[in-house]
Amino acid sequence: MKLSRRNFLKRSTVLSATALTAPMILREPAAAAGKPILLGSLLDLSGGLAASGVPMKYALELAVAEINAGGGLLGRPVKIVGYDTQSNIQLYSQYAQQLALKDRVDVVHGGITSASREAIRPTFDRFRILYFYNVLYEGGVCDRNTFCTGTTPAQTVQKLVPYAMDLAKGKTAYIIAADYNYGQITAKWMTKYVQDNGGKVLETDFFPLDVTNFGSAISKIQAAKPDLLLSALVGGNHTAFYRQWQSAGMKGQIPIASTTFGLVNEPETLAPDVSNGIVGAYGYFQELDTPASKKFVADIKKAHPDTPYISELASATYEGVNLWAEGVRKAGSIDRMKVIEALESGISFDGPSGKVSLDHATHHTTRNAYLAKVEDKKWDVLETFKNVAPSDTASVCNLIKNPNDNKQYIIEL
Amino acid sequence: MGPTMDIYIMLGLNALNGVASLFLLCVGLAIIFGMMKIVNLAHGEFIMLGAYATVVSTNAGVNIWISMLVISPLFVGVVGLVIERLLIRHLYGRLIDSMLATWGLSLLITGIITTIFGNTIKGVQTPLGSFSVGQYSSSYYNLFIFAMALVVMAIVFVVMRFTRFGMIARATMQNPGMSAALGINPDRVYMLTFAAGAGLTGLAGGLIAPVAGITPGMGAAYVAKAFITVVGGGTSIITGTISAASLFGTIDQIGSYLTTPVYGQVIVFTTAIVLIRLLPQGISGRFFKGQL
Repeated sequence: MKLSRRNFLKRSTVLSATALTAPMILREPAAAAGKPILLGSLLDLSGGLAASGVPMKYALELAVAEINAGGGLLGRPVKIVGYDTQSNIQLYSQYAQQLALKDRVDVVHGGITSASREAIRPTFDRFRILYFYNVLYEGGVCDRNTFCTGTTPAQTVQKLVPYAMDLAKGKTAYIIAADYNYGQITAKWMTKYVQDNGGKVLETDFFPLDVTNFGSAISKIQAAKPDLLLSALVGGNHTAFYRQWQSAGMKGQIPIASTTFGLVNEPETLAPDVSNGIVGAYGYFQELDTPASKKFVADIKKAHPDTPYISELASATYEGVNLWAEGVRKAGSIDRMKVIEALESGISFDGPSGKVSLDHATHHTTRNAYLAKVEDKKWDVLETFKNVAPSDTASVCNLIKNPNDNKQYIIEL
Repeated sequence: MGPTMDIYIMLGLNALNGVASLFLLCVGLAIIFGMMKIVNLAHGEFIMLGAYATVVSTNAGVNIWISMLVISPLFVGVVGLVIERLLIRHLYGRLIDSMLATWGLSLLITGIITTIFGNTIKGVQTPLGSFSVGQYSSSYYNLFIFAMALVVMAIVFVVMRFTRFGMIARATMQNPGMSAALGINPDRVYMLTFAAGAGLTGLAGGLIAPVAGITPGMGAAYVAKAFITVVGGGTSIITGTISAASLFGTIDQIGSYLTTPVYGQVIVFTTAIVLIRLLPQGISGRFFKGQL
C-alpha cells in the first residue's frame, strides 16, 4: 500500500488516539493489584558528594530489585523515583517538594549530609511522607515521621575515643572538624567522650569545606602537643590535611582517629604511609568477612564492578529499605501511619552489617558497630561491638511518651 | 633559639608557603585576565587538569618530577591551545560572553574528568622529606614550592621584559590594530599567550597535586581565591600578582593561626573587599603603574 500524506495523517491520528486511551484501559484493573509502590530517592550522584551517593544508589537499587524479585510488597512492585541532587542543598529542597507533591511517593530514602537532611525533613513532615535517613550522623533527630538507620556517636565515637586514647597512651586530644552541623556536633560528642575517659581536649578547630592549605593548622597542633588527634574532616579538599600532615613528618608522631576518614575510598587512594594506622569506627566495613557481608559486596560489584568503596553509607541504605519493606509487610498496607506503627513494633532485619533493629522510642537502630585500623590501603577490622543501642539519642528523645516531638536535640556540654 | 622564636620561624615559613602557592595558582590567570581581558572561569579546572596529569602519569610509572614540571604544563598548555582555537578566540572583547562560555567550559571539563576517572579522591605521594624547627616540623616540599614560585616569577619576567615574543605580546595587548599594521598577527599572539597562561596554570596544578585532595570538583576551591588575588593585584602580571598574593597569602596563614580557620577566611575576604573598594584598579593600578 502506498503511503500518501493523507493516509499517513489519518492512520497516525488513529494510532495516537489508541496510544492515549490504551493505558487508561489497562491501568484501571491494575490499580488494585499491580500499581507500583513509589519509593522516592534523593542522593548526590554528581558533584563533590557523588563518591558517597553513587554506592548508596547501587545499594538502594539492589534492595528494591531483591524485593521485586521476591514478588514485591503486598503483591505490588516497588518503583524507584530518584533524583540526582548534585551536591546542592537547593536541589534537595526543590526535589523534596517534587517527590511530595508531583510524584506523590509512598516513602523517601535519601539525604547524605546532615545539612541536606535538615533541608528536606520538614518538607516530608509537612506533606506527611514517611522519611528514612540512612547515614551515620551526629544523632539527636527526634521525629515520628523520620527513621534514622545509620550509626550515631554513642555507637561509634564512644568506642573509638577510648580505643584511640589507649593507643596514644595519653589523655590529651586535639579535635579538627568540618565547619557545618555534622562537624560542630560531632566535635561536641568527641569532647564528651574524651572527658568521660578522663582526658582533656586541648583545642577544637573547624575548617570550612573549601580549605586546602593546612600549614597553619599543623603548626597549631604541633604547638599544642596533643597525645591524640581526632578528625571529623569532610570531603575531597580536606583529604589534603592527611597528606600535608604526613609530608610535615607528623605521621606516626601523633595517632589519628576519625569519624569520617575512609567512608569513601581514602584508604585505597592515599599512599599507605599517609593512611596506615588511622583508626575509624563505623556500622559497616566492606572488609567484614561474614557471609551476609560478602554476598552484599559481591552483589553490588556484580552489577557495578567499578564501585569505589562499599561503606556504612551503602549498607545502611540497603538495610533501611529492607526495614521499611518489613514494616509494609507487617502493616499489610502502605498507609503512612499504619507503616509507622508497624515499624515501631520491633522490626528487625539481618543485613550485611548484622542484625539491625528499629527502636520505638528514638526511631534509630540498635546495630553492630565495628572498629578498624587502616593497614596497607585496607581497613583491618579489629573489634566488633554487638547490638549497640543509640543511647545518645535515647537520652533526649522518647517518641513513645512524646509522639508529637519534632526537633533535633543537640548535646549540651 | 627558644620556643617563641621557633613559632615565628614556622609562621614565617607557613606564610611564605601560602604566598608562593597563591602566586603559582594565580600567575596563569593573571596572564589570561590581565593581558587578554578574558575572564576564564575554567581556571580552577585548568588547575584540576594539571593535577590529574601529574597523578595519572606518576601512577603510570613516570618520574614525579617529570610529571609535575613537564607533563602537567605541556598537557594543560595544549588543552589551552585547543580551547583558544575552538572557543576563546570568538570571545575577545566580549567580557560577559567569555564568562558564560568559560563557566560552561568548566562544567564540561569537570564532567569529562568525572566520566573518565570517577568522582573519587586521587593523589600522589609527596616527594622530599620533612625537617624540624624545635618542636615544629614542616615539609621540604613547602620550600620547593617557594623555590618554584621564584623560578616562575623569573621566567615570566625575563620572557615578558627581554624577549622579542614578550615585547610583541605586550604590544599586541596594548594595541592590536597597531601591531597588526606593523606586520604582527594578533590572532597568533593571543593564541600563544592563552596557551602560555594555561600551561602555567597546569604547572601549578601539578605542583599542588602531592599536597591536595584531587577530585574532579577541586577547581572550585581555588578559583575564587585566584580571582580575588588577580583582581586585587591589578593589571601588572608580576608586581600585581606578587603584591596581592603576598598580602592575601600572609593574612590567610597568620589569620588562621591567630584566630580560627573560619575567621582566617573571613579576614581574607574582608581585606579583599576593602582593598577593591579603595583601589578599584588593584594594587598595581595605584602603586606600580605601568610595570610588568
